[in-house]
Amino acid sequence: MATTVKTRRTLAKAGVLTGLIIGALFAGLPVLWMLSTSFKGNGEVFQTPPRLITKGFSFDAYLEILGNGAQLRFFLNSYIVALSVTALTLLVAILAGYAFSRFRFPFQKTINAVIVSVQAVPPITLVIPYFGLVVALGLYNTYPGLIVTHMVFTLPYAIIMTTAYLNTLPKELDESVKVDGGSSWTALWRILVPISVPGLVAVGVYTFMISWNEYLFALTLTRTDDMRTVPIGIQLLMGQHSYEWNQMMAMSILGSIPVLVLFLLFQRRFIGGLTSGAVKA
Amino acid sequence: MTSLTAPEKAPPAEPETPQSKRSTVARRLTPFGYLSPTVLLIVVLMVVPIIMVIGYSFRDNVIVQPESEFAGLANYAKVLSDPDFLAGLKNTAIFITVSMVAHLVLGLAFAMMLNTKLLGGVTKALFRIVYILPWLFTIAVIAVIWRLMLDPAGVLNYVLQTLGLIQQGVDWLGDPGTALWVVTFANVWSGYPFFMISLLAGLQGIPGDLYEAADVDGASPIQKFRHVTLPQLRPVIISMAVLDLIWTSQQFALIWMMTGGGPLNATEVLSTFTYKQAFSEYEFATASAAAVVVLLLTMILAFFYVRQQRER
Repeated sequence: MATTVKTRRTLAKAGVLTGLIIGALFAGLPVLWMLSTSFKGNGEVFQTPPRLITKGFSFDAYLEILGNGAQLRFFLNSYIVALSVTALTLLVAILAGYAFSRFRFPFQKTINAVIVSVQAVPPITLVIPYFGLVVALGLYNTYPGLIVTHMVFTLPYAIIMTTAYLNTLPKELDESVKVDGGSSWTALWRILVPISVPGLVAVGVYTFMISWNEYLFALTLTRTDDMRTVPIGIQLLMGQHSYEWNQMMAMSILGSIPVLVLFLLFQRRFIGGLTSGAVKA
Repeated sequence: MTSLTAPEKAPPAEPETPQSKRSTVARRLTPFGYLSPTVLLIVVLMVVPIIMVIGYSFRDNVIVQPESEFAGLANYAKVLSDPDFLAGLKNTAIFITVSMVAHLVLGLAFAMMLNTKLLGGVTKALFRIVYILPWLFTIAVIAVIWRLMLDPAGVLNYVLQTLGLIQQGVDWLGDPGTALWVVTFANVWSGYPFFMISLLAGLQGIPGDLYEAADVDGASPIQKFRHVTLPQLRPVIISMAVLDLIWTSQQFALIWMMTGGGPLNATEVLSTFTYKQAFSEYEFATASAAAVVVLLLTMILAFFYVRQQRER
């Protein structure tokens, strides 16, 4: 009896492991292929039979990208936009999250519903009036035009996640400040924000990722190459040099590094915050 | 831009004298002070633009000409009779339905494998990172990866030919018969991890004694899946499915960068159609009518989402 149970367990284990490996190949092989291609000479990209590591293995594609001022400008633009969006989103979301978490006021549910519903408005619907507005306000092809419009994506999530996080903190914390004669403003910035850092980090990471990855607004609200962000830069590389595949892959990897690093550093907090935001919103 | 968001309108930090009327009013206004930057941004970024796009959709010569004229429903008539728009509608329906079902099936399968008690924590953590990988790349990168893989001379054709599954290289993205399916496949690849993460959290939240009780009753693994796992995950699955339909219906970058809506209109979706009307044809009025139709379709989906959330 004991041996059959053990055998069955081993078989089940082998089955699960096989399934996991097949799944991992599905998920990981395209990524591995991108990595491999970025180290190839461009002539070797479509050689048969395909090889993971070729004779021409080199870092040339990376050096090409990193030595090119126009490409580096895409990265600078993406950092400026994504960091500004993150800072502004956190500021606005902290204030809004505090209002939702600690106050009861008229139209609270309505305002909350509107904020949630912003997430559902199609970007393609917004991009047409945004284009009209941004041109009319002289913000076409500028950082502020891109930064403010990105907040339509980041703000709803950030507010929902911040509210959820603040709700987990006991109200006695801020009440104690008020008993001592402090205002709600003091309670927020002196007590709640400092102890909310873990939650706010998750919000910030998510916000940064959304802005870093945004494509449609970056495509339509900027025009000149010196204002383009990384996702558009990758696309420009596609047309510009009739398919320098190795450089496109190198640029893709370089462009993904900030998000990959942030994710690996904050994986646990991030997933926790995300699932609580998405599922219990 | 800080002026838009700086906490200037923050509540006055005056000391509160409990009974005075002034302080009661101030206290009532306090939450609105905190909310004012949010409300301002939502008005500027959502309310005004939606009113504008609806306005555009009933006019002609908008944006490109200084003077526009009222056009009634002409733009809507034009859009709804445009074969490319109708193709876009059909393709969008296929794209979002297939993506959602595949996201759900893969997400659930992977989440259940990652939730197994048969393997150690480190092994599972490593697999989890690999499984989340596709989700960490921006859509522009995903489009480029799959263009590389799907190239007629690419590695996918080589593998399929070596295995004898196809006779000669297929131009996956260039053939109207396959383009929509491979674009959908790329979307499935990039999107399942979000389902997986949420479902994994859901699985971990199922009380163990439910499974123990099922064991006592002698339930098979399939019965446990049908009568314990699925009912427990139901609320998460429904929320994720509706959210996914909304998000996928808004997908633009992936299709635009993989096929541009082509060949012919084989991968035209509502977002690429609208984009082309506006930014290739400069027909902003027609584009606005299409954009309003997209908004209405999304609102129907969002309505189901909100109702489902309320029930929980």
